[in-house]
Amino acid sequence: MSTSILLPILAVIGVAAYAAGVWRANAIARGASSRLHSRPGYYGSFVALWALLPALALLVLWLIASPLYINAAVRSEFPEEVTTLSQAEQGLNFGMVSSLARGMSVLAAEEIDRIGGDPAELRAALGARGVPLAGEPKPFMVQAAGDLNQMTAASRTMMTVAALAVSLAGAFFGLSRVAPRFRARNKVEKAVLASLIVASSIAILTTIGIVLSMLTEATHFFTRVPAWEFFFGTVWDPRFAAAGATASEGQFGLIPLLLGTLYIGFVAMLVAVPVGLFSAIYMSEYASRQVRSVAKPLLEVLAGIPTIVYGFFALTAVGPFLRDLSSQLNGLVTGNYANFIQAQSVLTAGFVMGIMLIPYVSSLSDDIITAVPRALRDGSLGLGATRSETIKRVTLPAALPGIVGAILMTASRAIGETMIVVLAAGVAARIQWNPFEPMTTVTVKIVSQLTGDLEFTSPQTLVAFALGITLFAITLCLNIYALYIVRKYREQYE
Amino acid sequence: MTDAISSAAGLARPRPARRDIGIKRRYAAERRFRAYGIAALTFGIVFLFLLVSSVVSKGYTAFQQTMITVPVEFTEAIIDPKNERAENPQKLMTANYPLLARNAVAKVLGVAENDRTGLRDVNKMISDGVRSQLRDMVVANPALIGTTQTVSLLAAGDLDSAFKGQISLDVPEANRKVNDKQVGWMNQLAESGALAKHFNTGIFVNGNSSRPEAAGVGVALIGSFYMMLIVLVLSLPIGVAASIYLEEFAPKNRLTDLIEVNINNLAAVPSIVYGLLGLAVFINFAGLPRSASLVGGLVLTLMTLPTIIIATRAALKAVPPSIRAAALGLGASKMQTIFHHVLPLAMPGILTGTIIGLAHALGETAPLLLIGMVAFVANYPTTPLDPSTALPVQIYMWANEAERAFVERTSGAIIILLLFLIVMNVGAILLRRRFERRW
Repeated sequence: MSTSILLPILAVIGVAAYAAGVWRANAIARGASSRLHSRPGYYGSFVALWALLPALALLVLWLIASPLYINAAVRSEFPEEVTTLSQAEQGLNFGMVSSLARGMSVLAAEEIDRIGGDPAELRAALGARGVPLAGEPKPFMVQAAGDLNQMTAASRTMMTVAALAVSLAGAFFGLSRVAPRFRARNKVEKAVLASLIVASSIAILTTIGIVLSMLTEATHFFTRVPAWEFFFGTVWDPRFAAAGATASEGQFGLIPLLLGTLYIGFVAMLVAVPVGLFSAIYMSEYASRQVRSVAKPLLEVLAGIPTIVYGFFALTAVGPFLRDLSSQLNGLVTGNYANFIQAQSVLTAGFVMGIMLIPYVSSLSDDIITAVPRALRDGSLGLGATRSETIKRVTLPAALPGIVGAILMTASRAIGETMIVVLAAGVAARIQWNPFEPMTTVTVKIVSQLTGDLEFTSPQTLVAFALGITLFAITLCLNIYALYIVRKYREQYE
Repeated sequence: MTDAISSAAGLARPRPARRDIGIKRRYAAERRFRAYGIAALTFGIVFLFLLVSSVVSKGYTAFQQTMITVPVEFTEAIIDPKNERAENPQKLMTANYPLLARNAVAKVLGVAENDRTGLRDVNKMISDGVRSQLRDMVVANPALIGTTQTVSLLAAGDLDSAFKGQISLDVPEANRKVNDKQVGWMNQLAESGALAKHFNTGIFVNGNSSRPEAAGVGVALIGSFYMMLIVLVLSLPIGVAASIYLEEFAPKNRLTDLIEVNINNLAAVPSIVYGLLGLAVFINFAGLPRSASLVGGLVLTLMTLPTIIIATRAALKAVPPSIRAAALGLGASKMQTIFHHVLPLAMPGILTGTIIGLAHALGETAPLLLIGMVAFVANYPTTPLDPSTALPVQIYMWANEAERAFVERTSGAIIILLLFLIVMNVGAILLRRRFERRW
């Protein structure tokens, strides 16, 4: 029986166990529910938990362990000439066996009997059923595949029997515990609390997953390419064409990508910080209620638009506009209508990213500016300062640490932003300072190294993980520092 | 006393000239400062409108598609010349259907059968999508063979663009995709009513295609739907459970602090890093299939969890302690207090946060690129394990296409995506308004 049928059966047992628990609790109470420690539903839940949790745990363990055990058993039956081969070739042999096994499970039993052990005929029969084999199977493989199928089937049956038995046994054990003085509620609540703890540990598991997965893949990369060549190399030339050919390893220099990332991020911040900050000041200090109630949501809409839309806007509207504008300007001044701004450029990507970041700066700094105590403002206004003087000399200095924190958080967004730069910044990795020329970023290269056919052994793809962990480290530092500043500042006024 | 007063009056010097405290300059500075604020705000809002209007003006035409409605003769000599369809139904699948369409249009236009360049030009006016269109008709009802039916044929992408006025006819003929003869025919057909714009259902139901006129976001919509379902089913319970623990039960210790800092950081991790995580863990390590919406859903779940946890904790915090105290005072256990009283009151806030998190996940592209959802998928996925694509990824793929007609399709797809986001966000706002409570 397959797991997809087993699970509904277990669910039915669970429901039945719940009903049985409730029924038994009611029977014990004999109409006076005050006899019971908990309400009948808790007894039901307790029995259902006993019916389901052990059985599910067994199922998960079995599903993980049994393929490992069976594979090892089948491999141990391989003849000598195979077991002495390299690990990779053994893997190939085993892949053959497992696809053979999959094919043989499609064929009818009498058909297998008819074919017997003849590999060529077997291959033809499987091909007719739509199960292609990579090569001619050797006789030992047919044998092993048969064993594999047998063991899998046996394991399935055993798993079904064991899971059902454990489930029923659990249900009966749970039922036997039902008694008037039994503290069912406390037990059930303990189980619920455990599940809450498990859920909140997923956040930690995600972080561990990110760090571990990227570290392992990046370490594979650094065994091929020395770390200092990656971190301090000034040439990015991964040589995709020669992927896999060990003779021409590419050059993986991080510097041009990092410079592009920082340059584009800097241009974006040049747009986002003044605009966002002034909007926040205007909205918190000057704007009337009505203006605020319209303008604030409108600005926040900018944050809700997917970045791919900004990328498309940059690609089809801003880029061509800047290009045509530059050629007109050039024509007016020199008479030569050649554009000096490329359609894909640092300026295009940075500018559009800046627009995207405006709401981040404005809503974060809005919160921080409004958090500055009223008394500070009133004091300054009472001494005769104008509003702008109050803002410049009192409010902003008081809010400065928080605003710096907000800007750092925004900067980490700018560095990690992907879709805008993929579409608008270009792919040429080079070191130059002209904002009108294309440059590329870390995120663009992660995308371009990992789309298409993947082979997880070549440095061309593994480098993406090295880039990823660099990106993660940079944004993590920025965020932790920003959080630290914001928290520290908040405590001052609370 | 009087002396003192008189002497004081006598000593009174002429009133000093008003001290110049630069009030004019300061007020000017005040006005300037205010103007900067207004300018900044306008800048942001103007660009919002520019962005939306740029997309809408490019994309609204994508919801119309030019069709050529002509009587098509299902000639047996073309579909099944040797009359073998009884023995070999495969014949009907491979017949030369575009020829039927070409002959039909040529007949209406009066192009002679030996005018080879003329016929070629006619052929270029019809989309290659008619092959499957006519084939499906015939396969569904083989009795059509030998009859004449009026069929609305898809016009080719270039003709579609020309008819919508997106191809400038001032460009010399050699440099444009439709020649003068085709433009003449187009006008002729339009006048007779055979060529007209119809509502484009194809963009909603079709899968991806290399021909813009036949390309649609159907598969992407299904893929996005599966992913949103997975994100909702996983991230809402896990997020709520995690927030309840952190907000109500967790003891104040270093571990709790670590989890808290962690969640705040995870909310700010670049989305592409989640893509790398998904690639390494779900595909490489766990061996789940590439391009599957299951993997996409899992990755987006991890990405959305911090947002939902932060929103849920805020909603739980907003429930006043008096509710808790009352429930506890009546003898409820802590767990009962939370699940029976606090959680229902916090639910509107939680759902608002969840919808906003889902809206973010719906528009996310970068992590999906890394787990292989950029595949060219033309068939509907039946389960979340089948290869699929997602709406934003479809937009990305079309944005990289060069043809003019694809710009229109891309903008059309963006409009669809934005409509979904608007619906979700408006839903969240309404939910908040409807259930908002002031304690």
